[in-house]
Amino acid sequence: MPRDLKIALGILTVAVAVGLISLRGLHRRMQGLAESQSSDEKARREVLAPEISTPSDVPQGTKIYWAAGEDRVTATTVELALSADPVQRGKQVLQALIANTPTAEQRTVPADAELLAFYILSDGTAIADFSDALSSETPSGVESEQLVVDSIARTLENNVPTPRRLKILIHGQEAETLAGHVDLTGFFDLNPPNAAPQAPAPSSAAPTPSAPSSVPAPPKTLAPGGVPKPRR
Amino acid sequence: MHIGPVVVIDPGHGGTDTGARGTNGLVEKDVVLQVGKILRAELERMGYRVVMTRGDDSNPSYEDRAALANAYRDAIFVSLHVSSTGATGNTRAYFYQFPVPFQATDTSLLSNVVKQGSGTAIPWEEAQRPFAEQSRRLANLVQIELMHRFSQSPNAPTPAAVRNLRSVAAPAVAVEISSVSVSDPIALTSLSGLFAASIARGIAAFRPMPAPVPGLP
Repeated sequence: MPRDLKIALGILTVAVAVGLISLRGLHRRMQGLAESQSSDEKARREVLAPEISTPSDVPQGTKIYWAAGEDRVTATTVELALSADPVQRGKQVLQALIANTPTAEQRTVPADAELLAFYILSDGTAIADFSDALSSETPSGVESEQLVVDSIARTLENNVPTPRRLKILIHGQEAETLAGHVDLTGFFDLNPPNAAPQAPAPSSAAPTPSAPSSVPAPPKTLAPGGVPKPRR
Repeated sequence: MHIGPVVVIDPGHGGTDTGARGTNGLVEKDVVLQVGKILRAELERMGYRVVMTRGDDSNPSYEDRAALANAYRDAIFVSLHVSSTGATGNTRAYFYQFPVPFQATDTSLLSNVVKQGSGTAIPWEEAQRPFAEQSRRLANLVQIELMHRFSQSPNAPTPAAVRNLRSVAAPAVAVEISSVSVSDPIALTSLSGLFAASIARGIAAFRPMPAPVPGLP
């Protein structure tokens, strides 16, 4: 083999090796950056959303519903100081649902999801408004999405007696689905403990005061036979 | 002339909506389209007329998917999905459950209706409600077939608010298989045929094809 070719091959080999080492370093730096962004997000949330406490808070055993396997939630009793005010109480239990998850396997609501607002309308509708992370970080799938809804609904119904149904908003807006499957355009009934998992009833209540929801499903044209025409 | 129900196969997602994504390159929209095409062939072999809400990488709206089924007087709607979590081969059939009788206090919904054969109108948003019991029965029959072939599957269908089903004025189920997170994509895609065959058998148990009438083509 000519000497020049050997030198060229040697330089090429060294260049490839340096490139691979640089790529690995770059990959590690990107991973570190992603982790630090997640930590920053959690730290920011702790600053912006301090623990909710009210003068009427009373420490008590509180049932929070976390995952028990892939398809069901079960109650874990934790000691929480809960307000007598239903709205504050709702915020307290939902924050505990997100922040106090005992193990990663029991987590239902994504760690980066934030409860942006919670209020109860005069007709008994509870509005829980979560950050985008609830939608973007919940694993896509009917089973996994239903698990999130069940944990939120059952945690509320077991600790806040006032509301009769639940509306979940994402960043102040009505979302079509949670993560591609489970319907968020309607309401979820809040029933007594030990009720079966619930599907939402279609929207019919007045829009929320601070976050009016869009109206889904545009009117359909009816065919003469009484069934709607497909819009093709 | 075709006799018997029209089966509307609805492969979930499509286009920019990929559905669940695995780190192995599997995406839900592709897997369900593959399953849908196998299911279509299986049902046509059994004599059913079949239409699909999408046969390519398009993404019809939820309303368009429902409208396709609602255009037929005798349809069966099957929405196909793949989860992003769960043990490989765990399969579930879902039916839409309306927990509370709808009180139409919002009159805007009254202009947005599906008329049934009797002439009564129901809001588009709850077109599935009158078919809830039929859908539960269909889901049960599909789940029984799935359970026989996928041992990790439950023995009963699950009520869940699957968006694709809500406005369908026909017996409607969603079927989901786990999952795009398998380490080897073949472990999931190799189940497509069995998955589709199980669904087809469930549909046949729900609505067997009538025997051919002599003299008719």
